[in-house]
Amino acid sequence: MSEHEITLTVNGEKHELRVEARTLLVEALREELGYTGANVGCETGRCGACTVRVDGDALKSCTRFAVQADGAEIETVEGLSEEGELSGLQASFKRNHGLQCGFCTPGMLLTAGTFLEDAEDPSRAEIREAIEGNLCRCTGYHNIVDAVEQVATDGGGESL
Amino acid sequence: MHADGFEYHRAGTVEEAVDLLGSIPDAEPLAGAHGLLPRMKTDEESPPALVDISRIERLSGIERDGGSLTVGALATHADIAESTAVREHAPALAEAAGAVGDLQVRAGGTIGGNLAHGDPRVDPAAAVLALKAKTTLRGPDGERTLAASELFEGEFETAVGADEIVTALEVPTDGAGTSAYHKRRNPLSGYAAVGVAGYLRCDEGAIEEARVGVTAVGPHPIRLRGVEAELEGASAEAATAAAAADRVGESLPASGVRSDPYASAEFRSHLLSVDTEDLLGGLLGDA
Repeated sequence: MSEHEITLTVNGEKHELRVEARTLLVEALREELGYTGANVGCETGRCGACTVRVDGDALKSCTRFAVQADGAEIETVEGLSEEGELSGLQASFKRNHGLQCGFCTPGMLLTAGTFLEDAEDPSRAEIREAIEGNLCRCTGYHNIVDAVEQVATDGGGESL
Repeated sequence: MHADGFEYHRAGTVEEAVDLLGSIPDAEPLAGAHGLLPRMKTDEESPPALVDISRIERLSGIERDGGSLTVGALATHADIAESTAVREHAPALAEAAGAVGDLQVRAGGTIGGNLAHGDPRVDPAAAVLALKAKTTLRGPDGERTLAASELFEGEFETAVGADEIVTALEVPTDGAGTSAYHKRRNPLSGYAAVGVAGYLRCDEGAIEEARVGVTAVGPHPIRLRGVEAELEGASAEAATAAAAADRVGESLPASGVRSDPYASAEFRSHLLSVDTEDLLGGLLGDA
């Protein structure tokens, strides 16, 4: 039942907080720090709605204890746009209608953005495989793949 | 869903981890959390204390030295799947690691935890068996090594002791063999419904050495000894694959084949035979 003082740097801003050992990273982000972009969907590690980047890796923040992320640099969807201007990938999702209800979108953006950093000219099949850990119940994925593909084609490696 | 409360300890070294595990009753090691945490949320496990080993330096590298490949216990599935050395010298392991979960799970889950936790469905276990990889453990009495065939004991039961941690996986890479992994994915869970890994070493048209490891079929990952017996000494041609796959049934666990809504035990046994033939056919085509 231990509690711990931890430091999380979220989108460049450093936060110090106290968490129970069992507090999940997604709970710390949403409930302690107010970053509600990462959504809580299935809570079992399957749906990917809670995906954030931890030290550069796209991870499901419901499957990591907050205390494990002590000292980490975290990126959430809130950090993607700059001064209200959408990132290249966000703009592509908007242009291609890659979202409807929007619940999966933060996780999709973080996963796809991470994938695009290393992917060289990915095929549609590779894009689908990259986002297999992010479930969308609205779009049927087609427009999401379009959105990611368009950024990949435009040389969007720095678009996240 | 919440895990029960627990005491969290962070180990900076292997020695410290072993001391903590030895001195705190029922403490368990924590690394990527991908095996343990989901089971803690559902109360399938509720350890009173966790020892976080994920920050121990020197446990995450992948190195090839002479005739073997050393994979640190904290190497993630993504590290292994993307490693040039693993892809070149132990393709079955690279393929199995690349088949785990999804992009995020591969970035978070570690090979040591994957094997030590004892989930009967994990992909890398089949490759570990087929490649005859050894697990290096550290405990209060020092270091010991477990052969692949000694590691898996039952559903969520492995030979890793309560106060031991896995430090590395040693994969022999001295032979001129080929290997591969085939996963038939349960579309609901993402885990293997049937996973088969094969290793073959051929010489002058004959199979000299054969090993087949299987995951998600029994209470723990197993070798298909009957299939291996059929392969060894046989001609390295496609027809051999079918004859070998016919002997899958001999090695099915006496305690029963897994059954779930995706595949009954009978259907799963059939799928195992089909997948084993496919996998071996592919390897023999390459040999």
